[in-house]
Amino acid sequence: MKTTRSLTVLLALAQVTACGGSGNSKVVANYAEIAEASYADSIETAETLDAAIQALVADPSEATLTAAREAWLDSREPYLQTEVYRFYDGPIDNPEDGPEGLLNAWPLDENYIDYVDGDADAGIVNGTDTIDAASLEALSGKGGESNVATGYHALEFLLWGQDFSDDGPGARPYTDYLTDGSGTAANQDRRGQYLTVASALMLKHLNQVYTAWKDGADYRSSFESDGDGGVEKILTGMIVLSGFETGGERLQASLDSGDQEDEHSCFSDNTHRDMVQDVQGIVNVWTGTYTRLDGSVIEGNGIYDVVKGVDADLAESLDAQITTSLSLANELQPPYDQEIKAGNAEGNARVQALIESLRAQETLLEEVFVAMEFSVPVVE
Amino acid sequence: MLRLISPPVVILLLLSGCRGPKAALEEGEWLPGGETTNTLLLGGNAFLRPAANLTPENEQDFYSGNSFFNQGWVEAPASTEKRDGLGPLFNARTCSGCHFRDGKAEPPEDGKAPFVGLLLRLSIPGEDGPEPDPVYGAQLQDQAIDDVPVEALPEILTTEIQGSYADGTSFSLLAPEYILHEPGYGDFHDELMVSPRIAPHMIGLGLLEAIEDSRLMDLADPDDADGDGISGRLQLHGDAQAIGRFGWKGEAVDVEEQSAGAFSGDMGLTSRLFEADDCTDAQTECHASMSGGEPEVEDHILDLVVLYSRAISVPVRRAADDPDVLRGKYVFGELGCGSCHVPSHTTGSAALPELEGQLIWPYTDLLLHDMGDGLADDRPVGEASGREWKTPPLWGLGLVDDVGGHTRFLHDGRARSLEEAILWHGGEAQASRDAFVALDARERTYLLGFLEDL
Repeated sequence: MKTTRSLTVLLALAQVTACGGSGNSKVVANYAEIAEASYADSIETAETLDAAIQALVADPSEATLTAAREAWLDSREPYLQTEVYRFYDGPIDNPEDGPEGLLNAWPLDENYIDYVDGDADAGIVNGTDTIDAASLEALSGKGGESNVATGYHALEFLLWGQDFSDDGPGARPYTDYLTDGSGTAANQDRRGQYLTVASALMLKHLNQVYTAWKDGADYRSSFESDGDGGVEKILTGMIVLSGFETGGERLQASLDSGDQEDEHSCFSDNTHRDMVQDVQGIVNVWTGTYTRLDGSVIEGNGIYDVVKGVDADLAESLDAQITTSLSLANELQPPYDQEIKAGNAEGNARVQALIESLRAQETLLEEVFVAMEFSVPVVE
Repeated sequence: MLRLISPPVVILLLLSGCRGPKAALEEGEWLPGGETTNTLLLGGNAFLRPAANLTPENEQDFYSGNSFFNQGWVEAPASTEKRDGLGPLFNARTCSGCHFRDGKAEPPEDGKAPFVGLLLRLSIPGEDGPEPDPVYGAQLQDQAIDDVPVEALPEILTTEIQGSYADGTSFSLLAPEYILHEPGYGDFHDELMVSPRIAPHMIGLGLLEAIEDSRLMDLADPDDADGDGISGRLQLHGDAQAIGRFGWKGEAVDVEEQSAGAFSGDMGLTSRLFEADDCTDAQTECHASMSGGEPEVEDHILDLVVLYSRAISVPVRRAADDPDVLRGKYVFGELGCGSCHVPSHTTGSAALPELEGQLIWPYTDLLLHDMGDGLADDRPVGEASGREWKTPPLWGLGLVDDVGGHTRFLHDGRARSLEEAILWHGGEAQASRDAFVALDARERTYLLGFLEDL
């Protein structure tokens, strides 16, 4: 039950009238187009991954496992660029039915899924529960909140296994999927079924978000007609992803803990790419430009153009800072677990530099938020 | 900045020439957390922001702590070694599972287990006051890792109570009752006492911790010496007589104890304050389960989570100078709400220097008050009787919906709106509640508008 929120409405109305303009609605429309294209590209790579997973399960071999792993890595590139569409209760993470937790939650409760070092019988794979889409979705809610039985990192764990290597990722053998009696570990058939079902579920959840962003869809239309409310949401996503999520929750926390596996993609050692693509997503929104998988480019006005109209100096500072963040993200050396290791001064410094740049970027974005009167004015 | 008047206000304007007296806007009221106040809000992220004046070093730790607050703890053994050790028995896998986006929890919609965000404390009568249940411990854990039985499946049954305002407008309240199905470790004790507790929002905890003891002692009036019908009492702990400020009956003296207690009781994670998993002797599978380290929450990580919990900022008021909000503030004063929901304090020394010397507006006295039969849990804790509850702060109430998508209030989330929460008040607050019922619709709207701006 909702209470009446007349004051919130009052403020929202005030904000709409504060700094409207058709220029900004073009920016919002271009943003929505990039969001749609980014999710479409995420689906395309997830479909390729799904086909590779089906090939692996049908005919497990070194070659089919390698192909599936490569397809997983490819699928991460466009998806991470969509993380900038989080944090304002949009299609990806609204509290009612946003599938973010089912798609990308971390850390993974890996022994909830399959065997781990020290417990050969762990997980749903080695249990007796039915493995189908409905049961995996239900089991993901079993902990009350998502305990991560699904999504990218579940697939990652099933393709790579736990990572016990200093200089490489996890090394699950393809024989974990052999069902002819010569396989390794138990329940190879159930493992294959889990992988297949989880992959299909991931596609379903990606499609749910894509559908909401599709041109003409209800969410897309209301987003585009929200005027400066749209700009406020866009900036909210950029601010929270820059500081709170990427700079803080992922980089700062892992650097502080120094734990080898306290990283976002810990089975595949792909965290360095996660960081690059998270920042790339911010760049896309900032510049209003997105290069699609097929090489075609969506170009339009970005948030840069909005800020330029408000405070040209601030726009240039932010442009420089976001560029710096992207180049610092690209300097991270794989594997990321070695970058954060205590004693690796150079690696630690590279992570620290990126954190500081992202924090500076967050601060500048907050200045934009204030300059555009999205913050609450205190008159005293 | 241009302000428009919302439609309900316009209607009121047209209907009435006399709109009632206003309270004055006081200095500092816009910023309920003083210099720590979050003025950006950021929609549903309104309770997720660090204190605005946090040093860069502390802000780094804030974000690190957030990561351990927000992301899942997993069953041991796991690759993420710093984050394993969940359970064996637990209520939630993450802090944020109950404190979603650092907000307030709501009771389960269907009334059925698992109760994420609503826990049930347990005790039985003992010689020196209540003690934990010998088999089930001090709280009911309705989740467990594989191979360990859950303690029980709780359920909420509700009864609707009808009532009406003096002007004839009717209202209804939901009275909850808690049933424990399928006990996992044998029958419950005959005299088992059960007390429901909803997870509160996390803002401003370090500021509440920094209100000086002397201030709270001054506010206390255990024998109602001033004869106003309000007898605020301190929850005191141990030989040092430390004041309990956190928990619905003041069970914890500081943020560290509260956080470590939640790690232990709610998530089954050991720490330097709670070294053993929360398993009683009767729970053999619980004892046999693998540990995620000694302790599972390393000191450094506990420190980060405690810093995080202390430094979450209080949001700015949105319309503190709005005439109708100020009319609501006037009604708040007239009804005597501020006798317990004491508006403001100045903080003294604090765990974080950024929190010191701030004029804050939490609307609480942090004291225990008799809230009447309707809200009584009949489960005493320390100084608190089975009818007493500690005054919860009111700051941030108006943003609970934005953050959590619900408007459930009171210690067990039974109230479906702020209005219902007021109507449940009894005991020492009976007179204020009755005065609220006697208001006309316009005055009630003013009061609720004021609360929603906090």
